[in-house]
Amino acid sequence: MNAAAAGGEAWGGRDDSLAVRGVDLRRGDRHALKAVTLRARPGRLLALAGPNGAGKSSLLGVLAGVLAPTRGEATLDGRALARWSPTALARRRAMLSQDVGLDFAFRVDEVAMLGRSPHGRSQASVDDRRVVDAALRAAHVWHLRERDYLALSGGEQRRVQLARVLAQVWECGEGTPWLLLDEPEAGLDIAHQHFMLRRARLLACQGFGVIAVLHDLNLVARYADEVALLAQGRLVRHGSPDEALAPAVLSEVYGLPLRRVAIDGEGWLLAPA
Amino acid sequence: MNSIALPRHAARARPPLALGGLALLLAAVAWWSLSSGAMPLSAGRALAALAHALDGHVLDGDDRVVLMLRLPRVLMAMLVGAVLACGGAVMQGLFRNPLADPGLIGVSAGAALGAVAMIVLGGALARVLPGLSGTSGVAVAAFAGGLLATALVYRLGRRRPGVATLLLAGVAINAIAMAGVGLLTFLANENQLRDLTFWSLGSLGASDWHRLAVVAWPMLLPLLALPRTARALNALLLGEREATLLGFRPDRLQPLLIALVALMVGAAVAMTGVIGFVGLLVPHLLRLCWGPDHRLLLPASALGGAVLLTGADTLARTVVAPAELPIGVLTALLGGPFFLWLLLRSPAPGLRP
Repeated sequence: MNAAAAGGEAWGGRDDSLAVRGVDLRRGDRHALKAVTLRARPGRLLALAGPNGAGKSSLLGVLAGVLAPTRGEATLDGRALARWSPTALARRRAMLSQDVGLDFAFRVDEVAMLGRSPHGRSQASVDDRRVVDAALRAAHVWHLRERDYLALSGGEQRRVQLARVLAQVWECGEGTPWLLLDEPEAGLDIAHQHFMLRRARLLACQGFGVIAVLHDLNLVARYADEVALLAQGRLVRHGSPDEALAPAVLSEVYGLPLRRVAIDGEGWLLAPA
Repeated sequence: MNSIALPRHAARARPPLALGGLALLLAAVAWWSLSSGAMPLSAGRALAALAHALDGHVLDGDDRVVLMLRLPRVLMAMLVGAVLACGGAVMQGLFRNPLADPGLIGVSAGAALGAVAMIVLGGALARVLPGLSGTSGVAVAAFAGGLLATALVYRLGRRRPGVATLLLAGVAINAIAMAGVGLLTFLANENQLRDLTFWSLGSLGASDWHRLAVVAWPMLLPLLALPRTARALNALLLGEREATLLGFRPDRLQPLLIALVALMVGAAVAMTGVIGFVGLLVPHLLRLCWGPDHRLLLPASALGGAVLLTGADTLARTVVAPAELPIGVLTALLGGPFFLWLLLRSPAPGLRP
């Protein structure tokens, strides 16, 4: 046990990944995840796809370290998440949750500044302000920065939360920053759905590790570098969208016959057969 | 939930200016309070009394009124007001609800049950333990009752994660404690009824240097410690999961905050009885002016609560002098309509612009 842990740390210097190994997760009397092993690498956008209740959000929660697996372990840089200090982990990975219920009238820039909490200092520094500024611009909410958060529309609030999450791991300087997105496209109009995914893709190109739970398979096909397809708590396929989103597999997993429709020039869309 | 309309561009004060302004206001109210009462003194005379005390001058009658009667009472009002308002701000952050109140964790109802039990059943107890009689016995019983009820709420509430169970456990324990108060009221004789009615209306009338010395620490220490949790409370407003993701430990923060609030509010209620509305009104008003950031809100609430309660107590002992209005009645009488005005002054309450 000790030897294994020590080996893991020595190996940690080179291992640059966010991974789960043999993870089971029980929530109540339900097996949310069964024997899932998956490794996410920096610089790539990994999409988690699958039907409702497949365990996508559970897996994201385990990767984020907010859900403790019943068996197996989640690791960052080869070191178990449970062995990271909460603040050190918070400087390395941020997660955009599906639903953040904030009922207090913070200003938009104050909400984004909350993302700087793990970076020490009780009063915001010049660096913090610069990072928050950049994060607000990256999330297209800079023009709203002095507005009351509660007065914004749902889609605007979601982008403000994205800015907060970006501010948390922006310029983290301690290793690859990881960004976990739980249904980032939910509740957004089509323009902002594509904006959100393009931003995620761009961050991956800049070296972030990005993992996103996505429901829209066409967004997955268009933006993801890799897809992990889950069904009933198990990892069914992991690979490029072309491989993992095979119509035969999808039809079985979703219980709905699906086929690919080529779109002129490049790529394809999935549609009911 | 936040039904008070806000301006599009929220104004923000610089913390040192805001706190400095409140501190000046507190000094002014304290000065007014020291110089008014059944025996009005000039403002200069009140200051002279303080100077006499500091340079060891022989004290005359006016000096004694200021130093022995009014000063401990003013300091007690400041402390209790600070405790109630700061405790309210913390509870509102912890429960993520701007309408939360320190009473939610059972401390006020538990203290009331302890106090009423001592008033009604204390005669029998005093024969066994003569030290625990009169007003100090009631204060001790109230303090113990408040802490016990809070401990019970916490034990029941933490069986499931999240604050919802805690909130429901608090509601249940509150109801049980108030039923106990009702039962004891039913059993009480005429004299006891008078005592317990007076206690439940709240009063700072029993403040003296001795009592102040006893309760200053259980109130001051939490007041000084709580601002250190301000950042964690800010994160907690996003939810426990988000706070965890930001590197905080809500599972450790929760019991700490509850213990600190129970300690200081328990001490305050034990000294003065139940004084309503301060914990709700002051943080609400300050949040409206300067936003919900706890780094400013917690110290500002403490100062604002001190201003409010010192002012209210001065009114309570001057408007019907030489009698005194119960301060709980006064705070609710002034606070209630003001709160309603805050709620209703926007054209379409409840609608987000």
